[in-house]
Amino acid sequence: MMEKVSATINGTPFKGEVPAEELLLDFLRDRLGLTGTKQSCEVQVCGVCTVLVDGNPVSSCCYLAVDIDGREVETIEGLAGSDFHRRAADAFMRHAAVQCGFCTAGMLLTAKALAARGAGDERLGDRDEIATAMSGNLCRCTGYRSILDSLTELLGGTT
Amino acid sequence: MTAAGPRESAVGPRESAVGPRESVVGQSVERADGRLKLAGQAEFTGDIRLPGMLYGAVLHSPVAHARISSVDTSAAEKLGGVAAILTGEDLSDLDPYYGHALRDRPIVALGKVRFTGEPVAVVAAESQAAADAAVALIDVEYDELPVAASLEKALAPDAPLIHEEPARPGSAHGLGKLPDRDGNVCYRYSFRRGDVDRAFAAAAVVVEGEYTFPAVYQYSMETHTTIAHWHGGELTLWSSCQHPFLVRQEIAVLFGLPLDLVQVIVPFLGGGFGSKSYTKMEPLTAAIARKAGRPVRILNGVHESMITTRRHNMTARMRTAAAADGTVLARSCQAWLDTGAYADNGPRVTATAGDAAPGPYRWQAVEVAAHCVYTNTGPAGSYRAFGATHLQWIGESQLDEVARRLSMDRLEIRRRNLLRPGEEVRPGGKPLDADLIGDVEKTAAAIGWAGGERGGGEPPRARGVQGGRPPGRYRRGRGVAVGLLAAGAHPVSMATVRMGPDGSVTVLVGTTELGQGARTVMAQIAAGVLGTPVTRVVVRGTDTRYTPYDRSTGASRSTTVAGLAVQRAAQDVLDALLETAAARLEAPPQLLTPVEGGIQDASGRGMTHQELVRARFGFDGGELIGHGRVQPEGGSGSYAEGPVFWEVCVAGAEVEVDLETGVVTVLRTSTVADVGKAINPQLVARQDEGATLQGIGNALFEEMHFAPDGMLLNDTLLSYRIPAFRDIPATMNCSIVENGDGPGPFGAKGCGEGALAAVPAAIVNALADAGVPMNTLPLTPERVWRRIQDLKTS
Repeated sequence: MMEKVSATINGTPFKGEVPAEELLLDFLRDRLGLTGTKQSCEVQVCGVCTVLVDGNPVSSCCYLAVDIDGREVETIEGLAGSDFHRRAADAFMRHAAVQCGFCTAGMLLTAKALAARGAGDERLGDRDEIATAMSGNLCRCTGYRSILDSLTELLGGTT
Repeated sequence: MTAAGPRESAVGPRESAVGPRESVVGQSVERADGRLKLAGQAEFTGDIRLPGMLYGAVLHSPVAHARISSVDTSAAEKLGGVAAILTGEDLSDLDPYYGHALRDRPIVALGKVRFTGEPVAVVAAESQAAADAAVALIDVEYDELPVAASLEKALAPDAPLIHEEPARPGSAHGLGKLPDRDGNVCYRYSFRRGDVDRAFAAAAVVVEGEYTFPAVYQYSMETHTTIAHWHGGELTLWSSCQHPFLVRQEIAVLFGLPLDLVQVIVPFLGGGFGSKSYTKMEPLTAAIARKAGRPVRILNGVHESMITTRRHNMTARMRTAAAADGTVLARSCQAWLDTGAYADNGPRVTATAGDAAPGPYRWQAVEVAAHCVYTNTGPAGSYRAFGATHLQWIGESQLDEVARRLSMDRLEIRRRNLLRPGEEVRPGGKPLDADLIGDVEKTAAAIGWAGGERGGGEPPRARGVQGGRPPGRYRRGRGVAVGLLAAGAHPVSMATVRMGPDGSVTVLVGTTELGQGARTVMAQIAAGVLGTPVTRVVVRGTDTRYTPYDRSTGASRSTTVAGLAVQRAAQDVLDALLETAAARLEAPPQLLTPVEGGIQDASGRGMTHQELVRARFGFDGGELIGHGRVQPEGGSGSYAEGPVFWEVCVAGAEVEVDLETGVVTVLRTSTVADVGKAINPQLVARQDEGATLQGIGNALFEEMHFAPDGMLLNDTLLSYRIPAFRDIPATMNCSIVENGDGPGPFGAKGCGEGALAAVPAAIVNALADAGVPMNTLPLTPERVWRRIQDLKTS
């Protein structure tokens, strides 16, 4: 069964029909060709497939595409080029916090949602708080420290 | 091309064309692929869509050991969107067995299944959903056989035979003549040196124990993914594989093709850690694509990758003997490694484990027997620091126990007995090429162990009360561990370096980019030789049709072996540049120096690379092509003569154990990256940090659970936990040691695996120092708590 969906994806309006059972991950990758969002655990643990829906991080592997109806979706392709992305990319490069890169997009999108909590959330500059807030994003390459260093610098700077 | 090209420039010497350079070798330059990955633009195999591509799904056996009595695909074939279904019957024109060590594995099950999850049939369909639905409609009848899903069952006298056919050696095991199979034992590696019985009889202290090591999942976040496309009698594979040239070889043999008609293309890999070494999903994907007559993609789920490969679980017995003055005398070790239903890299893992068993000490006598055992579980293969991770924690915990019984400092016993550079590690093999005593002292100092210099003491034990917490509930301990890992694999690598008429450089090298930063390091090596700015050196992914041969990406060999080939290829280009410069500058080549972007003579006159290439060819075209080759020197390059170098496995850890819950927290870790020369120090440190976290996972909680019937019980990330942000130790130190003692470019040797072997060993030793010696990994709270209760009552 097809369902009508009207949404904004990376700032561009989308109007169309999608199968009711289609996952947001497959919709983004297979239908729209937005392959910057990756698939890994498929059970909402690893955070690799994280995208923002109305600014909130969701695991697109466990989120139905039809549920974006009336909402705004942001993927790494939309984030790239933004001022936040530029600053994040600089921090990640400085700390060599990218290795295989498979988890990177999800990390950045979760970080953006954290940053959006903004100045009102004074905990954001605290390493431990950031580590806790990032628990839904796994990385098997880096050992996390370089990512945490990058995010502490990045999010600390925005509070 | 109509766009204005570079203007013809005056060819010939001029002043200040080039400036002095600072070598990029040893600099933490930015990762070449970092910004691409940060923008989500790096292409992985799963991102590729070929025109007409079908989606594959695999039917997995629901039972661990059974004869297949019938396979009925008729209902599945009728489903809309299904293009082809592959079963064992489709392979009758092939010798459908593969395996680089033992040729024991059929492309899909033939007549019999040997583990739960074994591929029995494959569907290719227009959509993934259609393929998945069709798989559910295939009807297979099984006649179940007795199951041996554990080492104990597989080694029992009445064990069912998992493989009945005679063993056939594979083409790339590199282990010489393989011994005959003995029941379910498919490979044995053993050696005996000195008079073991006499040494044990003379000992003042003998420590002995039985140990258990778990099955572990590598979890590269990108699961195994392969696309196969047959066209005009040729086969092209895009695959998330670490060893494209070995995959090409196995595929060519399987399908009866000459090597040049099999093309393996490797985009970026989302991690590997050994899980993508050798051949994995490629034969099956090629076979279904052959039947479908269209390109097919197979993209594993995590539950599928977990039964594609894993780390060997193991049981071992070890005895260590020492004299009253702390001199080690003898060690005896028997180990049984569970390789699952197919050998995969089990024989090599077993041999490496055997070599790691003695540890780098000066023994009077040693005996080791390591066995590789088939069971009815998912196949086990390579995982970072295999063999060393299996045995180091055992050997090092016995050495600590010797020291405790002799009331000796645990650093001092290592100083007294560790091999020194140049001493024999293994008869006939490469002597020790590292300063282990220096390394262990560094690592101890980094965790605050006052043992940086000779005579340093033990850390104070069992510091009780901290921060108002209940006194006596928490105990702390420290540990260090030292080991060696035979690294480098078979030393055969080729590389090509091309310099275009604009001075830009392309490096063709078969090393696959798993995330370790190989493309960055290879660019630095070429730039370091040529003086080309590193940003103008491009290293692409591997395509076996155009990239020169490289044996494999693993065994910490890329920087050392492939990097040396790149250095030589760049030198070949530099020689041509010097030749042209000598003619144009009218100076002898020995008085010319490579500088940033060009060549300069003693008086400071120079020519840019661009000018030199154009001068050589007389117009704005042509290119310089350099070749580099690494091959065994003065031998066959066999495992026995190796290794290429000994990778150092040295770490320290401080842990805290909660005596009421058994929870172990790693407070501090230190590792030593003894790399000869760090081409990119930041990337070296990241290797150690990543290995440290994997070591924490291996030590504390990672374990695959197979039920007695062979079913993998925790086949998702919900029930198989890997380290997360909150598992980082408060202090994680990495010391980079650069003694220039490696055989690679600029004195480099490989890194990245040693920490994974050493960190679990250091954690085990730290926990024993806190009063809880353990002989089973992982150190789950329940296991540790039970041990604490046992210690209370004994």
